Amino acid sequence: MLIFEHSSPGRKGAPQAPAEKASLTAIPEKLLRRQSAALPEVSELQAVRHYTRLSQKNFSIDTQFYPLGSCTMKYNPRACNTLAMLPGFLNLHPLTPDLQSQGFLVCMYELQSMLCEATGMADFSLAPMAGAQGEFAGVAMIKAYHSSRGDTERREILVPDAAHGTNPATAVMCGFQVTEIPTLDNGDVDIVALEQAVGPQTAGLMLTNPSTLGVFERNIETIAKIVHQAGGLLYYDGANLNAILGKIRPGDMGFDVIHSNLHKTFSTPHGGGGPGSGAVGVAGRLKPFLPLPMVTKEDNGNYRYLTAQDCPQSIGRLSAFMGNPGVLLRAYVYMRLLGREGMVRVAEYATLNANYMMAEAKRRGFTLAIDDRRASHEFIITLKNEAHEYHVSAMDFAKRLLDLGYHAPTTYFPLLVPECLLIEPTETEAREALDGFLDALEQIRHEAETSPELLHAAPQTLPVKRLDEVRAAKQLDLAYNS
Amino acid sequence: MPFIPHTDQEVTLMLARIGVDSIEDLFDEIPAHMRAAVMQAIPQGMSEMEVSRLMHQLAENNTRALCFLGAGAYQHHIPSAVWEITTRGEFYSAYTPYQAEASQGTLQLIYEYQSMMTALTAMDVSNASMYDGASALAEAILMAVRANRKSRSRKILVPTTVNPVYRKTAHTIVNGQQIELLEVPYDRATGTVTLEQIKQQSEGDVTALVLQQPNFFGCLEAVDEITDWAHENNILVIALINPLTMSVLKPPGEWGGETQQSRTSKGADIACGDGQPLGAPLSAGGPYYGLLCCKQALVRQMPGRIVGRTVDLDGNEGFVLTLQAREQHIRRSKATSNICTNQGLVVTASTIYMAIMGARGLENTAAACFANNNLLVEKLSAITGVNKAFAGTYFHETVLQLEAPAAEVLSGLLEKGILGGYNLSQDYPELGNAILVCTTEMRTEEDINAYAEAMRQVLEAIAASVYSSDAAMSAETV
Repeated sequence: MLIFEHSSPGRKGAPQAPAEKASLTAIPEKLLRRQSAALPEVSELQAVRHYTRLSQKNFSIDTQFYPLGSCTMKYNPRACNTLAMLPGFLNLHPLTPDLQSQGFLVCMYELQSMLCEATGMADFSLAPMAGAQGEFAGVAMIKAYHSSRGDTERREILVPDAAHGTNPATAVMCGFQVTEIPTLDNGDVDIVALEQAVGPQTAGLMLTNPSTLGVFERNIETIAKIVHQAGGLLYYDGANLNAILGKIRPGDMGFDVIHSNLHKTFSTPHGGGGPGSGAVGVAGRLKPFLPLPMVTKEDNGNYRYLTAQDCPQSIGRLSAFMGNPGVLLRAYVYMRLLGREGMVRVAEYATLNANYMMAEAKRRGFTLAIDDRRASHEFIITLKNEAHEYHVSAMDFAKRLLDLGYHAPTTYFPLLVPECLLIEPTETEAREALDGFLDALEQIRHEAETSPELLHAAPQTLPVKRLDEVRAAKQLDLAYNS
Repeated sequence: MPFIPHTDQEVTLMLARIGVDSIEDLFDEIPAHMRAAVMQAIPQGMSEMEVSRLMHQLAENNTRALCFLGAGAYQHHIPSAVWEITTRGEFYSAYTPYQAEASQGTLQLIYEYQSMMTALTAMDVSNASMYDGASALAEAILMAVRANRKSRSRKILVPTTVNPVYRKTAHTIVNGQQIELLEVPYDRATGTVTLEQIKQQSEGDVTALVLQQPNFFGCLEAVDEITDWAHENNILVIALINPLTMSVLKPPGEWGGETQQSRTSKGADIACGDGQPLGAPLSAGGPYYGLLCCKQALVRQMPGRIVGRTVDLDGNEGFVLTLQAREQHIRRSKATSNICTNQGLVVTASTIYMAIMGARGLENTAAACFANNNLLVEKLSAITGVNKAFAGTYFHETVLQLEAPAAEVLSGLLEKGILGGYNLSQDYPELGNAILVCTTEMRTEEDINAYAEAMRQVLEAIAASVYSSDAAMSAETV
């Protein structure tokens, strides 16, 4: 039932607004609204009950194991939320003069510094509001760097075929053409193909390492050399930074520009699809191009925003203020809680959990996409055999997992592996959860053999059964009463 | 070990199952000479108690001055229930609703958000939100360029009454795609853009026009007249709005349509803006969210996520992400945008906010902002040395011209505990010593009187110091 269907004309909510409507007669009538907006008219309790019940229709980290590959669904510590929502931060207007915002600015400055250290980059900007905007900023900086050198013929960005969809979409948004580089069966980039693809037209290569196939790119030094020798720059997609935090740093691998998804590695909440943060870091030669604003520390110990006057070569602003400060504060609190030792343990235990699950999955007879390598913080099972033998798909497995109380892993991504499940347990899960999930997978495989209709009809225990997506796209119903 | 549950025995057992001796062995594919050293620049970890003490201290280091600042972020009352429910773990720690059956809460909520936003703007379609108002304007411009097939120029008219930071952001984002943003100057008497000025700037083929209501100065634009003219000239209209004010002002879906000829093209084609006034705290600038709405005909050019209502296998109602063929995870390099996320949690708050407030609550809030601002402007402009910059109607923000340096006045006010407004001298030097003041429903008459009294004292003090330094100078020359 929609909130609109709880509505009764004339019902008033709690006194949350002024009781009387002040006169608007000073405004010319033709500029005024003629009819009130058709919003629901409900009591505060009705609204509270409705949205509380809606929340209960969600799977979430706080209620279920959520091994969604490439998404790093780890525990979001409650302290991060509580402390980012202290009144001194919540009531701070973004245009408050710097001297009256020192408490906030010091957090941002230290967050920039900690991210530099954690990634091995020379400088960081917290401006991008999501991973995709971080990518945009990164690729725009690559473009600005080449143009600043009068090198205007570099019109092409290289992207491995295993990359996230945002990579090619971003390159196009920045005005580049995209060339895909194939991946070998062992998960590494095809070096021969890369050597053939680079040239004077190459602006850069966008790479995720560990890749979306869940393995570390072993030839990273060679790749960096090939791209740099061709005059291109190397872009690090930080989606999988959780796997290597404190173990090896993108800056030390030769990357010139990176974005870090703070909502993955640094545990800010996913919030049902945002807000995120895609902070960008650069090596020295790209520093002048970082997006604004950033925060600097002056000789007298005060902190202030850097503006276009300070950074004339900046690619500019990406938002009205400074990205998503509430998200940045949560990441700051998380980093202070963990400290440098805690961050290294993140990578260690995320990797331990993934390799344990991979070994166990293999022992239980599942087929691994890449069998003879270490897993990073995630790994891939391919269900092509099960699909062939029992006529069930990875999607069926995913939906049946929901019935058994587990959020499904990422399915059908990366596109290179047929009928795949990309599984990322994260470091915050205990062994019981990992074993429980593997038991569920085994149970489902058994069901696929004995009663496949259980899979085809799944889910059965959730608020809705499988939904008609074709109808949704054909008979568009995007708003109530429209 | 923060947030890592493993016992030593478990680690031993897990390593044995993997067949390695140590966790370190799991990283043996990483070249040894590239391995990271200890990250000295990152401090040691702290307990929650210690971090809590630190954060409370830092939060106290931000000002508690009375806020009369607006310029794109507004301090409104937010019912306690809004963020109490929004931060429930089931909303807070859920992912993007790709597994629809396990995400009906988020999906239905977004559908309700889309319904509320289309009701408020009188537009046909809303997406699930963009990052913020400024980036939503950029996406609206990109969308207009894709949608206006009658135009080839990729020229967009952007009046200087549009928020300057939004113009800069839009420039950063559309810059790579050969799109030209042409400025249209405003009328100095009214603080609005006139049709004459727009016509002067629109030689030849123009793709779209941006119109902000209320505009950056708080003044009200002649939206009907300009929308109809634009449509007569095959120019798409992008409305940039403050959604709270749309509860009482004519919404973009109803702009124009006044002439026989323009009736069928009535309404802005795309509407965007920042959703912050609807339930998001100031929070140093975010997270807020960008709203983006359009006419039905443009729905396939819309970037970002969209939720649709459908049925399940049993014919029961349910909700899914739809029209995904527009998006990057399907279309890759041919997507309408690289955008992947929306500002889900803030949209959650905003939806609950709108449900609790209802249309009447929003209207009364908006009207109170208008009345309070009128009161403030009346009291301030009664002070010698303070004048309204523009004639005409303004909403809850107003430009005041001062007979003293704006920066000096604002810092004088701050010493008296008043955040007095936004200094316009950098973005609009032609206005001289001008500030943009803003009043919301949260400012009481007492607050407003305090501001007026502080302003009087600050201006007097400045005048006195100028007088005394003048006197000193003339004494020297004598």
